[in-house]
Amino acid sequence: MPILRAGPSMDRWPARFHLRWQAPAFGAMAVTAGLAAIAPLASLIVLALGETGDLWTHLARYVIPAALARTALLLAGVAVVTIVIGSSAAWLVTTFAFPGRDALSWLLPLPLAIPTYIVAYVYVDILDALGPVQSALRAVFGWHSAADYWFPNVRSLAGAILLFGFVLYPYVYLAARAMFQTQGPLFTEPARMLGARPWELVRRITLPLARPAISVGVSLALLETLNDIGASEYLGVHTLTLSIFTTWLNRGSLAGAAQMACLMLLIVIALIALERRGRRRRGFAVSATDLRRLSPITLTGPARWIALIGCFVPVVLGFLLPAGYLLYEVMVRGLLVGFDVSLARYALTTVALASIATAVTLALGFSAVAALRYEKHPVIATSVNVAGVGYAVPGTVLALGLLSPLVLVDEGINALAQAFGAKGVGLVLAGSSAALIIAYVIRFLAIAIGFAQAGFSRISIDLDDVARLLGAGPGTLARTIHLPLAQPAIFGAALLIFVDCLKELPATLLLRPLNVETLATYIYQFATRGSFEQGSLAALIIVAVGILPIIRITRYADIATRLTLDARS
Amino acid sequence: MKTVRALARGALVVNAIVGAGSAFAQSGDVNVYTYRESKLIQPLFDAFSRDTGIKVNVISASSGLEQRIKAEGANSPADVLLTVDIGRIEDAVRAGITQPIKSDVLDKIVAPQYRDPEGHWYGISMRARVVYASKDRVNETALNYEDLSDPKWKGKICIRSGQYIYNNALFAAFIAHHGEAKTEEWLSGLKANLAQKPSGGDREVARDIAAGKCDIGVANTYYWALMLNNEPDRKAWAQATKVILPSFQNGGTHVNLSAVVLARYAPNKGNAMKLVEWLVGEEAQHMYADLNYEYPVRPGVAVNSIIAGYGKLNADTIPLSKIADHKKAAANLVDKVGFDN
Repeated sequence: MPILRAGPSMDRWPARFHLRWQAPAFGAMAVTAGLAAIAPLASLIVLALGETGDLWTHLARYVIPAALARTALLLAGVAVVTIVIGSSAAWLVTTFAFPGRDALSWLLPLPLAIPTYIVAYVYVDILDALGPVQSALRAVFGWHSAADYWFPNVRSLAGAILLFGFVLYPYVYLAARAMFQTQGPLFTEPARMLGARPWELVRRITLPLARPAISVGVSLALLETLNDIGASEYLGVHTLTLSIFTTWLNRGSLAGAAQMACLMLLIVIALIALERRGRRRRGFAVSATDLRRLSPITLTGPARWIALIGCFVPVVLGFLLPAGYLLYEVMVRGLLVGFDVSLARYALTTVALASIATAVTLALGFSAVAALRYEKHPVIATSVNVAGVGYAVPGTVLALGLLSPLVLVDEGINALAQAFGAKGVGLVLAGSSAALIIAYVIRFLAIAIGFAQAGFSRISIDLDDVARLLGAGPGTLARTIHLPLAQPAIFGAALLIFVDCLKELPATLLLRPLNVETLATYIYQFATRGSFEQGSLAALIIVAVGILPIIRITRYADIATRLTLDARS
Repeated sequence: MKTVRALARGALVVNAIVGAGSAFAQSGDVNVYTYRESKLIQPLFDAFSRDTGIKVNVISASSGLEQRIKAEGANSPADVLLTVDIGRIEDAVRAGITQPIKSDVLDKIVAPQYRDPEGHWYGISMRARVVYASKDRVNETALNYEDLSDPKWKGKICIRSGQYIYNNALFAAFIAHHGEAKTEEWLSGLKANLAQKPSGGDREVARDIAAGKCDIGVANTYYWALMLNNEPDRKAWAQATKVILPSFQNGGTHVNLSAVVLARYAPNKGNAMKLVEWLVGEEAQHMYADLNYEYPVRPGVAVNSIIAGYGKLNADTIPLSKIADHKKAAANLVDKVGFDN
């Protein structure tokens, strides 16, 4: 009989483990991940210990209240938009069969591929007073200037919420989709037979079961929002993060900025802990014996068109429109004809860096979470919890924090080299692309860990028990059970990390070696001069490079899930 | 197939890591860390390499380069830091990452108010913070910065964030002229005159004036020229506006600097000095004037004709390093009056 466990599924490890080499190896990966993430934080804390005088009296009185309120509103709004769009789109494409479903399932993640601040520029161009929309309205209604009528301002809090929402919903979509795919028909089928309406299924079964995944997705989207500088500044939304930069650059107080960053980090950690506490006493695992694929319900009549439109609107607003605008700019500016050859080199660099970083991040993140499943040692548990914090600080702050630890290691290497009579080797890590890869790994570990945890939470411990009784060690367990079953989660994470690395900007700007340019930094140099359109081609290359894995992974993940699930049913 | 892929990936790793080999400078190189976007200054570096045979390696970023050089310490490959805005220039000196540039050439060319008395930084180009005004709706041809708080402009002014570095420096200059109390009053008045919450960049000032959202706004000198001459789809914004060079009632027009700093542990100091001196030479200064539409710091080099069309620049005489002292106070006042809220 299939059963849904009443208690948390990962709380126990049933039989004593055969202590083979794999267990400590996984544990070591977890600890490495934790240490890597701690390094920049430690140096951030050291920075924060500096003298800041009367800074906090000023901040508490004039800055924090307003910035906090604005940031909270922004995050709340983005949470609502991303949850609604991301989870309903994921639910639609996994539960129903309707026209265009296959194409939509890989079109839906695409908004990820365009840097948020670029989308902000594009929408301001399109919707602002002199843009095509308002110009057309003026022509139709005979208005003379923007002062003659009211039109919603994109450069506003509401504009920012919608913009971030439509660009960042894929985080929720990918996480939720991975979960819906492995959600067995165990509850939905009987409920359907008992006459439950689809809406009831969603509210009482599908959504509660997908909660870990949705909360992982939405926390990633919110952290991305929180760490943004470009788009919020341009849209005039002065968030806490912007205040950190003001304190650093205008007040000349790096210590104060570090303190604010630490405070923000504490708030983030508290919120995440609160959410976890909220679902602590619930179990989400599906049983070992019922992993059949849920057969999609074929929609008929108007319902199928509603489903199609519902999924298509976010694709249009989050991707097709901004990408189309960039394509238009490439054409009118003749960027293809006057193709900048060095762009090809930048694209290669970007892809190489992103691939390596993705592989390392996935390996570290998934091993760390696996280690926790094998052995609930407090050191491992702490490491896993700590390893995700790199995503919770703004990229520039992370990069600043990473500088000293990197140089420290380099100086160690130099001292060692000199002890052996060799010449100094210079900045081996801090002066090379290794710094970028390390920064990407630390920054995006949270994605790997979050997806791994959500993915593993769905694998019943019963499966482990059986395999263990048959003599499988952690390596075999991982290879034969965890990896195949967690595949949708792994693919989702791989995709997010890869695309995030492709467009990572703040840490890349500050940590890159001499003469190294990525696509993101190439675009940025135009954007800072206010002519981002000149970087359109590079932005489209990011999209193109991102699309291939998105298509391959969403399709492959589908097939893999089907194969795995069919084999088991 | 798997091995091939693994090998390919391995090769990429090696390539990505060793590809940075240029970080360990050759003797014929100079390493530049810069806040000026590489596209903007690349033509200058190309010309320098052509003239001298010295290769220029570049890292450009938007913030944190001082911290990077500081963290890198004695092993830092940085020779030269090109930076903008007087506040950041002084930050570099305060971070202890500079050394005095001892150069008679520079001392002769760069006027004393545009360089550090101890030689830690030299200005190489200037930009002024000025007013863009609607051609149709604004009759004034001259303004004082003080006028911006005049209630007659109520609901008619556009500006970007009060914490943007160039606004911050302008407000610091206001404090240098009038003191904090007067500046607070002025900022409140300016805030009350704003047509909308501060947002966007300097170009948006022209965009919003052209759209009729406001009549005047504050921006840097070069954007107007760039829009008019280099950006066809923004030409109309420039054409709808005119540029007024405002003055302080008891002074001149507020200018800010791009400047050069010699890194404390510069490994290629000789080449770095060549670059620094070359940057204030005739050729480089003409490029600053004509490609970037900046005011050259070298006397005798003409400004671009579009910039000249704004009228004669009567730059404020308060030394910029004095203005930098008030930056923190200016940032605090912006918060206090809720300028960006």
